[in-house]
Amino acid sequence: MQDDKAPITRQKFIEELLRYKKGSVSRRHFLGVTGLGTAMAVMGVPLLRPSRAFAQGIGDQVVLATWPNYHDPANFDTFAAETGAAVQVNVFGSNEEMLAKLQAGGSGWDVFVPTNYTITTYVEADLIEPLDLSKLPNYDATTFEARFAEAGSVRGKLYAVPKNWGTTGMAWDSTKAKAPFTSWKDFFDITKTDFSGRTMVHDYQLTTIGSALKYFGHSFNSVDPAELADAEKLLIEVKPHLFAITSDYQPAMRNGDAWLTMCWTGEGKQMNRDIPEIHFALGKDGGEIWSDYYAIPKNAPNREAAYALINYLITPEVNAREAMAHGFPVADSRVNALLPPEVLSDPILYPAADLLNAQEFGAAVTLTDPNRAEVMARFKSA
Amino acid sequence: MAMTRQKTRYLLLGPAGLWYAALLVLPLAVVLVYSFGERAAAGGYAPAFTLAQYANLGSRWAAFKNTFMLAPAGTLAALLIAYPLAYFLAVRVTARWRTVLLVLVIVPFWTSILIRSYAWIFLLGGRGIPQLLADLGLGDLRLINTPFAVLLGIVYGYLPLMVFPIYVSLEKLDKRLLEAASDLGAPPWRRFMQITLPLSLPGIATGSMLVLILLMGEYLIPQMLGGGKVFFVGNALVDLFLQSRNWAFGSAMAVTLVATMLVVVTLYMRFLRRIGAARDDVGLM
Repeated sequence: MQDDKAPITRQKFIEELLRYKKGSVSRRHFLGVTGLGTAMAVMGVPLLRPSRAFAQGIGDQVVLATWPNYHDPANFDTFAAETGAAVQVNVFGSNEEMLAKLQAGGSGWDVFVPTNYTITTYVEADLIEPLDLSKLPNYDATTFEARFAEAGSVRGKLYAVPKNWGTTGMAWDSTKAKAPFTSWKDFFDITKTDFSGRTMVHDYQLTTIGSALKYFGHSFNSVDPAELADAEKLLIEVKPHLFAITSDYQPAMRNGDAWLTMCWTGEGKQMNRDIPEIHFALGKDGGEIWSDYYAIPKNAPNREAAYALINYLITPEVNAREAMAHGFPVADSRVNALLPPEVLSDPILYPAADLLNAQEFGAAVTLTDPNRAEVMARFKSA
Repeated sequence: MAMTRQKTRYLLLGPAGLWYAALLVLPLAVVLVYSFGERAAAGGYAPAFTLAQYANLGSRWAAFKNTFMLAPAGTLAALLIAYPLAYFLAVRVTARWRTVLLVLVIVPFWTSILIRSYAWIFLLGGRGIPQLLADLGLGDLRLINTPFAVLLGIVYGYLPLMVFPIYVSLEKLDKRLLEAASDLGAPPWRRFMQITLPLSLPGIATGSMLVLILLMGEYLIPQMLGGGKVFFVGNALVDLFLQSRNWAFGSAMAVTLVATMLVVVTLYMRFLRRIGAARDDVGLM
């Protein structure tokens, strides 16, 4: 970057203008570098609003496949206003579902949000391709915490850039609970008794089976048939006591129909922010820690728009606004520098180290293991 | 001459035949072939020739049971509600009101079933009807995510499809028959049982088939109002294709569902024909 205060030469200005018109730099970058941003702020004149097609040429839409409650809609509006490309959002409940859509072909997605443990499978199945970093000027590999970024690279090639990280814990209505929840054992035991008909589990084998495995002290990622049989038995036993099997659990928690749910960090934060009686905790017996990424599927119909959208969303200022809206922690130090200190010290988002160390990252084998898939399917149709 | 006429006939049948082959036979053939295959290592389909998928169908018994119980129950409930409504519309209402009321029956179809099911989620949820009942001192009722909610949802969603065929058959009813019966001293119940009901049988048959066939493949309403707990075959299929990525097993289940439906529909049609024939005999006597 340049010193914004230094006067810009005529030639440099023209160069920047051309880059801007080609769409290789953002409006913010252009205005900053040329000093026009300051000038406009002083004069209050909205100069140089580019004609959309001319400035970017990325088409008029971009399709994003992502998770529930995971973005700030206002950012999409701004992106559409700046580039002319409207963001169409498809929401999913599990990585399995995303993989199935891509395997079947013709998903129509431009950008999607896979979780750490799935990326090698996508690479091996030839469903995604390496990212062209020249189209992602806002990505800076050095600013990301390694453990939340390393899964994006497979055999030395970058296939995905980190979005957010987090954990999978449990959220509950503290006015209904006699004691706080501290383990997955608590979670399933109380579901069979006091909270019968009030608990939700994810429609997602990784976390639902994983947590049931933790009940017995097995690994969250186990594919051992005997251990999976334990988990299946427990799940089928609690099924009549469940309120629902769903990954979109906020509505029922917020309106009081359900009192306890498996819950991702940021969603726990969202509910706790709006309804302080809803608490969130991790299982001290373990559970999932994860990191999500942005990736571009092969045959993405709007490839240029896909790069533009990722580049926009990982811009530190935009990413900080995203984080404030959805409440999931970001692994990018540039973003953390922009977040208020109370967010960075929030125990829901940044749990104590010993709790965090008890959690496991998902393993590639849990995604593709046919037995885990079958256990989940049998549980659901039981 | 005869040859060319036959040729023309085949030529004219061509487009329909192509349509039939491309949109019905071909996809079904693909599903049939897949059903003898295996799940590929990372999910999907791997070629094989095995009956293993069919042998495993028992593990989805609950889904079949729910479908084969709730779909006929839903059809019957829809019929019991739709018949009086259609009768009222076709027989009792003046022509001016009839149009208005018919439009009112159609209006819900103008809104997506997804949105209407969402409305039911709120109505059946803890802050909806159960809250009202609790306030009235009628106890703590759990409605959402139960088989009852699913049944209510499917009856609500498919009612118009039952009303219209019955309405049409009742509207065509020759009023002179009823007058004649009346002149001959038949009381109202007898006129209904011997004239109105038999003559509206085709409408009942069409409506029931329409609703039953759609219900057997239902997916959305059990998912939304059953909370992922009340599983239909449709839901099991979506799960097998999208979550387990076991296309072979999913295909075997789909083939089983289609085959069962064909058998049910054939038996039902034969049954109706027999009733129709029996009625003619009675008429002759």
